[in-house]
Order: sequence, then C-alpha cells, then structure tokens
Amino acid sequence: MAVLIYIEQEAGGIKKSSLEAVSYGRTLADSLGTSALAVGLGPISTEEWTKVGKAGAVKGIHVADERLSAGIIQAHASAIADVFSYVDADILVLAKSSLGDAVAARLSVKLQAGLVSNVAALPDLSEGFTVKRSIFTGKAFAFTAIKTVKKILAIKKNILDIREEDHDLVVEVRQSSLGEEVFSAKITGMQKAEGQVSLPEADIVVSGGRGLKGPENWNLIEDLARELGAATGCSKPVSDLNWRPHHEHVGQTGIKVSPTLYVAVGISGAIQHLAGVNSSKKILVINKDPEAPFFKAADYGIVGDAFEVLPKLTDAVKAIK
Amino acid sequence: MKILVCITHVPDTTSRIQFTDNNTTFDQTGVQYVIGPYDDYALARAVELRDQTSGKLTVLNVGDAASDPTLRKALAIGADEAVRIDTVPKDSFYVARQIAHFVEENDFDLILMGRESSDFNGGMVHGMVGELLGLPSISPVMKLEIDGKTAKLSREIEGGKEELEAPLPLIVGCQEPIAEWKIPNMRGIMSARTKPLLVKEPLSEQSHAEVVSYELPPAKGAVRLFTTDQVDDLVKLLKNEANVL
Ligand SMILES: Cc1cc2nc3c(=O)[nH]c(=O)nc-3n(C[C@H](O)[C@H](O)[C@H](O)COP(=O)(O)OP(=O)(O)OC[C@H]3O[C@@H](n4cnc5c(N)ncnc54)[C@H](O)[C@@H]3O)c2cc1C
Ligand SMILES: Nc1ncnc2c1ncn2[C@@H]1O[C@H](COP(=O)(O)O)[C@@H](O)[C@H]1O
Repeated sequence: MAVLIYIEQEAGGIKKSSLEAVSYGRTLADSLGTSALAVGLGPISTEEWTKVGKAGAVKGIHVADERLSAGIIQAHASAIADVFSYVDADILVLAKSSLGDAVAARLSVKLQAGLVSNVAALPDLSEGFTVKRSIFTGKAFAFTAIKTVKKILAIKKNILDIREEDHDLVVEVRQSSLGEEVFSAKITGMQKAEGQVSLPEADIVVSGGRGLKGPENWNLIEDLARELGAATGCSKPVSDLNWRPHHEHVGQTGIKVSPTLYVAVGISGAIQHLAGVNSSKKILVINKDPEAPFFKAADYGIVGDAFEVLPKLTDAVKAIK
Repeated sequence: MKILVCITHVPDTTSRIQFTDNNTTFDQTGVQYVIGPYDDYALARAVELRDQTSGKLTVLNVGDAASDPTLRKALAIGADEAVRIDTVPKDSFYVARQIAHFVEENDFDLILMGRESSDFNGGMVHGMVGELLGLPSISPVMKLEIDGKTAKLSREIEGGKEELEAPLPLIVGCQEPIAEWKIPNMRGIMSARTKPLLVKEPLSEQSHAEVVSYELPPAKGAVRLFTTDQVDDLVKLLKNEANVL
C-alpha cells in the first residue's frame, strides 16, 4: 500500500514543486507506516534522481521511454497507472501543474481513485482520510473526505519544506508497454521562455500592472526580478495590451501563484487579480495611490512612484546580498 | 458539426465567500451567480465554430433548477439548446460520469469545457470525461481551429505554449484568449425564451469524495507602509524578519 509520487521535469531538472510533492508523500508514507516511491517518465539523469532521494523517496521507478519526454496527457496517465499497480500503491501524490492536473484527472478514472486537487496541508488521518484544499480561488478552504481506497492528491506549491534525507535511492528501470493509441494527440511545436524561472514554480514573483505605462519600462521589473531570482508576472490588461506574453498574466483568468513573496508594482489590486495571488506567503505592494485596494491585501507597502521606487529597491536588494 | 459546451453556475468572483451552519454550508445570501468565466470562453469559441460549420450547439449543466437562468443566458449568447441534468453536483467524478453518459447517448464531435470551475477550481472534469469515453482531453487551450476531422490547438504550458493536433471527437478545456466573451444582444435574449431547455434525470452514481466542512483563511494583519526613502529598511525586514529573501 505504498505512496507513489509522480515527478515532473522542467528544463532537464526535476521541478521544485515535484520535490515538494516527494517530501509530502514521504511524510504521509511515514504516518501510514509505508514507503514513498517516486515515478519519473522520459529521460532523467542520475543527479536528478539523487535529488528525489534527498527529498524523501526511498525508491525511484524510471520509465525511460523517449516518447514520454513530451507531455502527452493520455500517455503519461497510462504509464503512471501501470507503475501504480506494479508497486501496489494506494496513494498517488503529485504537484499541481498544467500537465499534472490533466494526468491526475484521467488517472482518477483509471484507478477508481478519489482525487482532490489544490491540497493545502497534510491529510487528517484521525477519522478516515480528510484533506484540506483551497477553493474559490484561494478565498476559502474545504475539508474533503476521500471515500475510496485509492486516492490521488494534487498539492499546491509552497505548503511544506523540502526534506533533506541522507540516503541514496535505488532506481529501477521499468519497460514501457504503451501502444500508439495513447499518443493520438501530437505535439507539433513548442515555444518556451528559456533560462527563466517559470511563474508557477517561482519562490518570488515580481509583477507589473498598467501603472508601468508601457512595455518599454519593463526593464525596471526585470532588473528587480533578476536581483531577487524571481519570475516576472503582470496584470491582465498588460497582457491584453500585448505588453507582456499571456503566460505571465496572473489572476482569476490567468496563472495562480503561491510564492514566498509576491511583489506587485503599479497594480490596483482588483479582486480578479487578487484571486491569483492570495495564497502568497507575503505580499509587497508598490503603488503611488495610497487608496489602491491592493494595500488591504498586502503585508508590506511602499506608497510611491514605481519609476522612483524600483531602481532604489533593486539597489537595496543588491546591497544586502 | 455537433458541439457540446459544459457550463458551471458559479458565484461571481466579486462575491463575498461565507459559510453557515457551523461552517458546513456555503452561504448564498447576496451571491450573484454567473456562467463560469472559463466556460464563457468555451461558449464564445463554440458559437464561432458553430456559425462557421452551421452545426448545432448544445450547452449542458449538471445542477439543480437554480442553474436555469445561467443556461438561459448561454442560450441568449447563442447556444441552440440547453440541457440540465437535474442533480446536485457532489464531486468532479460524479459530474464527469453524468456528462460522459450524456455524450454517449448523443454523439458530439467536439466537447468544450472551461479550464477549471471557479468555485472548486478542480480542472479535473474534462480529463475524467476523456478517460471515461476513451477520448483525448486537452487543457488549458488558448487557440482552437477545426480542420475537417482534426483539431489544431495551442495549449498553455509553464512559461510558454505548445502546439498540438488531435483527432475529433475531442474534449478541450478552454481559457483566454481562445475567443472574446460574447454579451447577449436583445435578439438573443428574446430568442432564448423559446429555445429548448431540457431537464434530464441523473445516473445514480457514487461520489468519490465529500466536503465535511469549510474554513476561511485567517484575516490579514494590517499592512506596514514605507516611503520611497525607507526602501533599505523594508529590504532588511524582508530578509531578517520575514525571511523571504
Ligand atoms: C471576469 C474578469 C476576470 C478578470 N481576470 C483578471 C485576471 O486574471 N488578472 C488581472 O490582473 N485582472 C483581471 N481582470 C481585470 C481586473 O478587474 C482589473 O481591471 C485589472 O487587474 C487592472 O489591472 P491593473 O491593476 O494593471 O490596472 P489599473 O486598474 O489601471 O491600475 C493601475 C494601478 O497603477 C497605479 N499607478 C499608476 N501609475 C503609477 C506609478 N507611476 N507608480 C506606481 N503606481 C502607479 C495606479 O494607482 C493604479 O492602482 C478581470 C476582470 C474581469 C471582469
Ligand atoms: N456541474 C457541472 N455542470 C456542467 N459542467 C461542469 C460542471 N462542473 C464542471 N463542469 C465543466 O468542467 C470544467 C472543469 O471543472 P472542474 O474540474 O470542476 O474545475 C468546467 O469549466 C465546466 O466546463
């Protein structure tokens, strides 16, 4: 009745959110008196597997099939289902992501497993199996009892620290037996920003709004982001106006982030924007209007002109490092 | 082409979220209900595709009679018929089973949903329906073109996008900018009154999970304000006190 963790890669490395999922799975396995195993699809290097071991997995199952390096949803779901029954798992843990969500949904049907997404804490095992998940785009939580024997938990980012175990994990290679039918959707092209921290994965996010006046001023946002090791985001009008690409737009209709620090510059703080950021640990708002609604949702605020504040802030961060 | 759009009936984002009965029931007082924002994108694209192919567009909701005004709005926006499966949605799996059963009985070429519902934010129902029907499901999709029996799509991935091709029938979870939201015009509103809204009995099916209780996040403390000249102090605080740098 093992706990299996589905790990995802980004730019050749295991995602940080997947390592969080491994640690979540390990802590859960410990409290259930069972073991935590990780499954990885497509090519994964030995160094990356080592990280998975440190994060808490005692064993890795590697389905190295090259065809799985692309995120074809049906193929990933079939490969995980095979490993899930092979290791006789009862619980699957994964990090919430655009691929992970889609794969988890299909698996829930394949495995007859109750699925809870947006999981915000370890489950309460005192009476059955009750999971805290965030709902209404972060405005509330629901405690949800899973009634099925098999369970799938898609966890939110940043809900626990990554463990640092001192052991080497064993990696077992499992042959894939996937037929062509699960590859009926074909990926024909990809555009991806290279060498940047991706928005949902980032620990710090610096976002700009219409207060930045135009795309030509984004170097101010990017400079601060670089010093902070942060990803850059924006408000919806900014991506609607094509100042920034759509995948940077944060909010109810865009990306939902839960970083350690969210910095909002020249964003008014409309409720639809807040819906995407309200699970951030800390929020810093920079706005020249002291009445901007965002200050009500903020932990720290600077009332001032972004064009003056940003260079100063970037310098101050540089100085402290 | 026969198109199905699955829509949710959800509180408007600006709604104040509260619970009653010792935190076991969502408090509907003063809550304004709307078509789920992502479902609205799905519907808008479906209307365009229906117009291009002179097909038929059905909207479906799994819900009780409270959803009817939302379904009427979808008819006003341009759907040809509305269907409501008359039951209270228990969990994503339960809803997916109802939708899959309806699709089995009615054969659609294209099934559009929202990327996620804005109440429970699962982003799960499309994948479940896909698996139940043995069809591909692709989400979150920002562009969708139909070329004969093939769909060409662009899907958002972390930090970028991916172009895909998939055979019909197909299930798609939609998000912007797949199409511009459509606002019903007077003619749409008038004709919606006479378009069919069918009510169907649900399948009896178990749910996998149930909500035991709700909780609101702890209230936020007051913001600590700084002036432009105090930026250094703020950064020190972020590093030493908040531990976020
Ligand atoms: C259904 C729906 C869904 C939506 N989804 C989203 C979403 O997902 N994400 C999203 O962001 N929005 C969304 N919106 C839009 C949202 O309601 C707001 O319109 C939007 O967030 C405003 O963007 P903004 O704050 O950048 O611009 P504005 O509201 O124009 O605010 C600009 C801010 O910059 C400040 N400012 C101006 N100049 C300066 C300066 N020199 N220095 C410092 N501050 C300055 C101003 O005081 C102001 O507060 C949605 C709307 C609807 C109806
Ligand atoms: N009760 C429902 N009735 C009709 N469609 C639904 C229902 N619940 C979810 N859906 C569809 O499934 C999508 C994803 O929902 P969810 O998995 O709940 O986030 C929604 O955007 C809708 O298109």
